[in-house]
Amino acid sequence: MANSNEEILAGLAEIVNEETGLATDAVQADKSFTDDLDIDSLSMMTIVTLAEEKFEVRIPDEEVKNLTTVGDAVAFIAQAQA
Amino acid sequence: MSKPTLAQRPTVAGSRLLSVGGVRGENLVPNDDIVGPINSSDEWIRQRTGIRSRARANGDTTVKDLAVGAAQDVLAKASLTGSDIGAVLVSTVTHFEQTPSLAAMVADAIGATPAAAYDISAACAGYCYGIAQADAMVRSGAAEHVLVIGVEKMSDFIDPTDRSISFLLGDGAGAAVVGPSDTPGIAPTVWGSDGGQAGAIYQTHSWLDYRRAELGEPVPTDTPELAEEVSQITSPTLRQQGPTVFKWVISSMPEIARRAVAAAGLELSDIDVFIPHQANMRITDQLLKLIDFREDVVVGRDIADTGNTSAASVPLATERLLREGQAHSGDIALQIGFGAGLVYAAQVVILP
Ligand SMILES: CC(C)(COP(=O)(O)OP(=O)(O)OC[C@H]1O[C@@H](n2cnc3c(N)ncnc32)[C@H](O)[C@@H]1OP(=O)(O)O)[C@@H](O)C(=O)NCCC(=O)NCCS
Repeated sequence: MANSNEEILAGLAEIVNEETGLATDAVQADKSFTDDLDIDSLSMMTIVTLAEEKFEVRIPDEEVKNLTTVGDAVAFIAQAQA
Repeated sequence: MSKPTLAQRPTVAGSRLLSVGGVRGENLVPNDDIVGPINSSDEWIRQRTGIRSRARANGDTTVKDLAVGAAQDVLAKASLTGSDIGAVLVSTVTHFEQTPSLAAMVADAIGATPAAAYDISAACAGYCYGIAQADAMVRSGAAEHVLVIGVEKMSDFIDPTDRSISFLLGDGAGAAVVGPSDTPGIAPTVWGSDGGQAGAIYQTHSWLDYRRAELGEPVPTDTPELAEEVSQITSPTLRQQGPTVFKWVISSMPEIARRAVAAAGLELSDIDVFIPHQANMRITDQLLKLIDFREDVVVGRDIADTGNTSAASVPLATERLLREGQAHSGDIALQIGFGAGLVYAAQVVILP
């Protein structure tokens, strides 16, 4: 089932909120996971795992380092669902 | 003329843990003592792993010494002697002899000869694998009392310049005696393997490659990195793909834990104590988030000072919870081991 980019962003924001306690509206497409949201590599792995389950996609481990911003993750998930 | 019928042993109704115990390496080595060669810091290690120190044994303490120490502890706690033991199962990846087994040597050292004795290779899941086998042996009548030991002297195996896994690892031995019981004390084990991910936690090269390189024979290698490693005749050591392992555990182990609880005929709310393999405190915290235990579930967190002692970590964490009074005899505990293989095993037990 394909989600719109807005739905993916909202879903990711919920996951980030669960994992880090950050407010969902702080999770914007242009934000960098590490530099802006202060998410470390293990939290990132958790977010990726939960996103895989939520959006029913596979995000290979090698791909994770390319997901610099929230927007990168949204784009990857949208493309993986297509 | 009809064939004679074979005799088979009558089965025993139940099995349980009669005692759990162990010993740790003599020295608690703080982060500051190991960060130099890996360009790390106390802060980084605490933040990523929750580890403050790891137990490391003295140079002249052997893996057998640690195993015998744990065996003596659990025999005393169960008011048994070596001669009461019908089988000795030792899980280890740091007994550096292909043969004979460490189990046979330990059995002899504790006066359990002629008990059946063999080693198990299931890395960090080895103790839970051992409990599964011991339960089956006791209930099938193969042995009345089984001694299960998880032991590692990781300091003999690690590379102090390796950033991927060495700083996590500690030395120690944990053990349990499993024996017959009128009431069920060990629920069915949910276990398995995924050898397709053998590369997630691995030995840099085989002992055979090491031997060939030493003899100057050609070493067939898959990769230039391996060829380089072997050409220097460095002895084999451990490495891991940390993020891959982290992801595997948090994506797969919650379901294994839930299945083990269901196999015991229980609800998650029945679990008093959760004793995961002490891999990384962040893994433990994430498992707690993902599995709906009771708010007041008691959790094994021995890793903070002991580090990750692989096969010894689950019994050492159990021993500590009991000794410090956080968990009590009769509590219902879920224990789960996972690691190199990849392999995993989980079972619900009644604490002794
Ligand atoms: C090993 C583990 C702590 C590594 O942490 P991580 O956050 O996944 O590390 P990564 O490899 O993603 O690297 C992230 C950053 O930390 C750095 N780093 C890696 N290891 C480091 C170390 N030992 N010390 C300091 N920095 C380190 C990396 O260089 C990288 O820096 P960068 O972001 O500037 O490039 C972690 O993956 C882990 O514990 N995984 C579970 C494995 C496990 O428990 N196995 C036990 C056997 S069952």
